[in-house]
Amino acid sequence: MSADLIRLSAADLADKIASGEVSSVEATQAHLDRIADVDGDVHAFLHVNAQALDAAQDIDRRRAAGEELGELAGVPLAIKDVLVTTDMPSTSGSKILEGFLSPYDATVVARARAAGLIPLGKTNMDEFAMGSSTEHSAYGPTHNPWDLDRIPGGSGGGSAAAVAAFEAPFALGSDTGGSIRQPAHVTGTVGMKPTYGGVSRFGAIALASSLDQVGPVSRTVLDSALLHDVIGGHDPNDATSLADAWPSFAAAAREGATGEVLTGLKVGVIRELPDSGFQAGVSASFRASLALLEAHGAEIVEVSAPHFEYGVAAYYLILPAEASSNLAKFDSVRFGLRVDVPGGTVEDVMARSREVGFGDEVKRRIILGTYALSAGYYDAYYGSAQKVRTLIQRDFDAAFAGVDVIATPSAPTTAFRLGEKVDDPLQMYLNDVTTIPVNLAGVPGISIPSGLAEEDGLPVGIQFIAPARQDARLYRVGAALETLLVDEWGGPLLDRAPALGSARSDVEGTR
Amino acid sequence: MLARIQLDDDEVERLTGQLSAIVDNIAKVSEVATPDVPATSHPIPLENVFRPDVVGQMLTTAQVLQNAPDATDDRFKVTAILGEEQ
Amino acid sequence: MAKAALMDFDEALERYEPVLGFEVHVELNTETKMFSAAANPANEKNHSAGPNTLVAPVDMGLPGSLPVVNETAVRYSISLGLALGCSIAPSSRFARKNYFYPDLGKNYQISQYDEPIAFEGQVEVELEGGDIVTVPIERAHMEEDAGKLTHMGGATGRIQGAEYSLVDYNRAGVPLVEIVTKPIFGAEHRAPELAAAYVRAIRDIVIGLGISEARMERGNLRCDANVSLRPRAAAGEPAAPLGTRTETKNVNSMRSVERAVRHEIQRQAAILAAGGTITQETRHWHEDTGTTSPGRPKSDADDYRYFPEPDLLPVAPSAELIESLRAALPEPPAVRRRRLKADWGFADIDFQGVVNAGLLNEVEATVAAGAAPAAARKWWMSEISRIANADGVEASSLVSPGSVAELQKLVDAGTLTDKLARQVLEGVIAGEGSPQEVVDARGLAVVSDDGALIAAIDEALASQPDVLAKIRDGKVQAAGAVIGAVMKAMKGQADAARVRELILERAAG
Ligand SMILES: [Mg+2]
Ligand SMILES: [Zn+2]
Repeated sequence: MSADLIRLSAADLADKIASGEVSSVEATQAHLDRIADVDGDVHAFLHVNAQALDAAQDIDRRRAAGEELGELAGVPLAIKDVLVTTDMPSTSGSKILEGFLSPYDATVVARARAAGLIPLGKTNMDEFAMGSSTEHSAYGPTHNPWDLDRIPGGSGGGSAAAVAAFEAPFALGSDTGGSIRQPAHVTGTVGMKPTYGGVSRFGAIALASSLDQVGPVSRTVLDSALLHDVIGGHDPNDATSLADAWPSFAAAAREGATGEVLTGLKVGVIRELPDSGFQAGVSASFRASLALLEAHGAEIVEVSAPHFEYGVAAYYLILPAEASSNLAKFDSVRFGLRVDVPGGTVEDVMARSREVGFGDEVKRRIILGTYALSAGYYDAYYGSAQKVRTLIQRDFDAAFAGVDVIATPSAPTTAFRLGEKVDDPLQMYLNDVTTIPVNLAGVPGISIPSGLAEEDGLPVGIQFIAPARQDARLYRVGAALETLLVDEWGGPLLDRAPALGSARSDVEGTR
Repeated sequence: MLARIQLDDDEVERLTGQLSAIVDNIAKVSEVATPDVPATSHPIPLENVFRPDVVGQMLTTAQVLQNAPDATDDRFKVTAILGEEQ
Repeated sequence: MAKAALMDFDEALERYEPVLGFEVHVELNTETKMFSAAANPANEKNHSAGPNTLVAPVDMGLPGSLPVVNETAVRYSISLGLALGCSIAPSSRFARKNYFYPDLGKNYQISQYDEPIAFEGQVEVELEGGDIVTVPIERAHMEEDAGKLTHMGGATGRIQGAEYSLVDYNRAGVPLVEIVTKPIFGAEHRAPELAAAYVRAIRDIVIGLGISEARMERGNLRCDANVSLRPRAAAGEPAAPLGTRTETKNVNSMRSVERAVRHEIQRQAAILAAGGTITQETRHWHEDTGTTSPGRPKSDADDYRYFPEPDLLPVAPSAELIESLRAALPEPPAVRRRRLKADWGFADIDFQGVVNAGLLNEVEATVAAGAAPAAARKWWMSEISRIANADGVEASSLVSPGSVAELQKLVDAGTLTDKLARQVLEGVIAGEGSPQEVVDARGLAVVSDDGALIAAIDEALASQPDVLAKIRDGKVQAAGAVIGAVMKAMKGQADAARVRELILERAAG
C-alpha cells in the first residue's frame, strides 16, 4: 500500500485523500517511511518534520468534521531550506545558520499550510543557493537518485532528489539562475521558475533579490501547476510581487494534456545555442522532442538571441553584488553562528564568525560582489551587467514577436560525478548557460524530462520559456509534450530509475 | 576589509587565483554595455508600491531575541566596538 | 586629550572666511516605520516602549524579510521637500548603503543616493534682529534610522573603554528625511548664530507641517555641521578654493550647534594660522567641555558600495499628488512671523521675545480665541512663563490658549481684577477647571452688589469717625484708609474704584 502511495502524483494522491480512500496520515506516514528507507543514501533532507503526522491528523480530523478543504489538503510537501519556517530550522544550507528558527513563516509556506499541505521537512541545497550541484551544502551533498555517485543539480538538489526518489510528491524550490530547472533536468523531474514577481519572495532567504523566484518542483507538470496555484499571487509583504490576477495554472496543464494546444504553436529555437555546445545525448533528446512537437502540429522557428552569450558573465556580476549585500546580515549579532575572539572587538568577532560560518563558494562570491560594487568599479561591472539585462530582455522581446515559446535544452550535460567540478568554479558556472538569461529577463521557464541520454542513460530536460506573465502557456505546452513523451515511453521516465533503499539492498546487497 | 570576512593566507591564495579567472571572464560585459543602453535593475518594471501607514504584526521581544548568540536586559549583547558610529 | 588651541573668534574671522554646510536628519512621526508595519517610536504614542518591543522582521534584518515603503512617509517627505522650496523628482529610487555596524540590522541602510526625492531648494532663515539669510538646499532624501547602542562597562558610557554594548532595534527603520545644504557663504561672524537659526528654521517647518515631533533632545532632529575656512582673498583677487571641512556630529541642541560651529572656526583657524592642515574627518561634540574631538578619518570604510535597492521600486509621484500637497502646505514660518508681527502691532523687541520664548503658537491661538494681542502676550510672557520656569515645564503644557482668552475676558468684563485673575490662573493650572469654574468654585468674582459694599463702607466709616470728618472737610485722599478696610473686609473681591465712588457718596450722604 505505502509503496503505491509514494509513487502517486500529488494530484492523484489528493484525489484519493479527498475521496476518503486514503487518509492524510497514511499518505504522510508512507512518505516518512520512504525517507527513513532511502534518505540515508540520497540525503535530500536536512530536517524531517517531527510534527508532520500531527498536521496530517489535523487535516483528517477537519475533513471528518465536514470542513471545506483545499484541493491539495493532506498531501505532503517538501520545502527547500532557503524558505523560513517557524516549526523547523532554516539554514539555507549554511553552517552560519545552523539551528536557526524563524519567528515567522515564508509567505509560500504559510500559503501551503493554509491549503492543507503537510510539510515533510526541509531539503538540502548549495549554501545560500550558490551552486549547481548541492555539493556546496555545509551539511554534505545530496546524491542523484539515478546514480548515487552523481550530483542532483543545484542549488535545489535536495528538492529535486526528494521528488525523484519518491520521498515527496512535490516540493518547493527557488531559482536564481537555474536552481529549480537544472536539478529537474538531471533528476528527470519537472521544475518551474515563475515570472519574477509571480510568487512571493517574503521569507525566502535572499541570494540575489532581483533574480530570485520561488517555484514548484514535481514529477508531473500538473503537480507543479497545482502547487503554483497555491503559492502564487500578490503578497503585500513583497514590494516586487505582481498584483496581476493569474489564471489557474492547473487548468492550463489539464488543457495542455489534451495535446490540442500544439496545433499552430510556434516554438523558437535559439540560433546562438548550437548543438555543439551540448553533450551529444542532451542535444539528441532535445531534437527528438522538437520533432515530436512538430509531428503534432507545432512549428519550429529559428530565433536570434545574440546577447545570450553575455548572460553568464552578467549573472556572475549581479548575483555576487546583490549577494554580498544580502549576506551582510549574517554577522553574529542577532542570530547565527558566533565565534568569539578573546580580547577582540565586535569587528573581529564578525569577521571570524563569517570566516568560519561561510563555505568557500559563498566567500568567493561575497568577495567578488564586494569588489564589483566598490568605488571605481561599479560602472564597469554592476552597471554594465544591468545593461546586459536590458539587451537580453530586448532579445526575448524580439524573439517573442515571432514565437509563442522558446525551447532550449535545460542544461549542457547530464548529471556529472560528485567532486568532478567542485574546484573549478568557472566550469560549474557554465552549467546554467541556458537557464540564467531567463532569470536576468524575469520571464518564466519550465524544465520537463525529455528522455535519457543515449551515452549514459541519465535524464535530460527540455526548457520552455515564455514571455513575462505567460506562465500558464508553459504549463499548457509542458503538459502537452509530457503527455506525448509518457505515451511514447509507455510510462513516466522515473519508472526507469534504479531502485533505492531496502529495495535496492534486496537486489544489490548492502553497501 | 569591506566584506568583513577574515581569511587566512591559504584561503586568500586559493580564492584570489579563482577570482582573477572569474573576473577576466566576466569583464566581457563591457563589450556590449554601451552608453546608449539603459540599465535594468528590476526585471519587471513597477513603481509606487506602497504600504498603508497602519501598525501591523510585530515580533514579541522573545521572538526578537530567540536566536540571539548573546543577550541581556532584552537587548542583544556584543563585545566592545572599536570603530566609530557612522 | 590635549586641549586644542583656539584663535580668538574675531581674529579668526578677520583672517578666514567660514563656509558652512548642514546635514539635518528629521525623524518622521508616522504611525509605522519607513519599511515595516512596526509601530514608530518617533511617534508620541510609543515613547514608553521597552527595548526590542517595536520590531518587525525587516527591522532586525531577519533572513527572508523584505522592506515595503510607507506611503505616508513618502507624502511627508514630498511635503517637506516642497516646504524647503525643492523640486520633487518625477522618479526617485532607493539604494543600499553598505557598511557593517551592530546597530544596522541588515548591515546596509536603505537610503537614497543618486536619485533623491527632492532637490534644489532654499530656506529663509531669520537671524536675531530680523535679518534674513537664504540657505541653499542641495537635496532632501528618504532613509531609515539605525537601532540604538548602549555602551556598558566603561567609565564614561562612551564607546571608548566600554566592555560591551547592548543593541535595541526599536529605532531601526524609523523614517528619516535627511536635508543637505549646499555650501553656505557669507554668514561671516554670524556663522554660529546662523547655524542655530537654520536648525530652528527646519524645526519650525517640520512642526508647521506636523510631520515630526522635532525634539532635539529626543533625537527627532539631529544636525551634523560642516565647517571649513578659507583665507580671505586680497581685493581684486579670485576667491581661494574651499578649505578642507570637518563634520561635527552628535550636536543635539540649537545652542550646541551654535557653540560647535564657533569652536570649529576657532580651532581650525588656530591650526591654519600655525601652518597646519585640516584633516577631513568627523568630529564629536562634547556638551560638557564645549569642544570637539576627532572621530573617524575618511577611509576605505567609506566605500559604501551603493547600488539600487532591488527589493524596492521607484517612487514616481504624480503631478496631481505633488500639487495637492503643495496646496496643503502651511504658510512658511518666516512669512507667518512677518504677518503676525504686523497684525499684532508689536515692537521688535516684544515680538522677538515671544518668538525666542517659543510661544508664538500660543499667543496666536489666544488671540484667535478672542484676546487682545497685548493681553495675550502679557499672560504668556509673564505669569504663565514665570510658573513654567519655577516648575521646570513647558509654558504650553500648563494651560490652553482658550483658557487664557477666557481669563482675559473676565478681566475685561470687570468680573476679575488682575490680582484675582492671577489666582484664577493658578486654579486653572491646578486642574480645577475652566476660569469661570474656578471663579465659581473659589468664589473669586469681584463683588459688584452695591448693597454689600455699602454695608461694609458704612461699618468702616462708623468705626473711623475721624476719617469721615476729614472726607466731609474735602480731604478726599483720606478715603484711602477706608478703601483699605473695605477691601480687606471684602477679601479683595471688590473693584477699588467703585468702592471709592461709594465712600464719597456715603460720606456726602
Ligand atoms: Mg550624512
Ligand atoms: Zn543620513
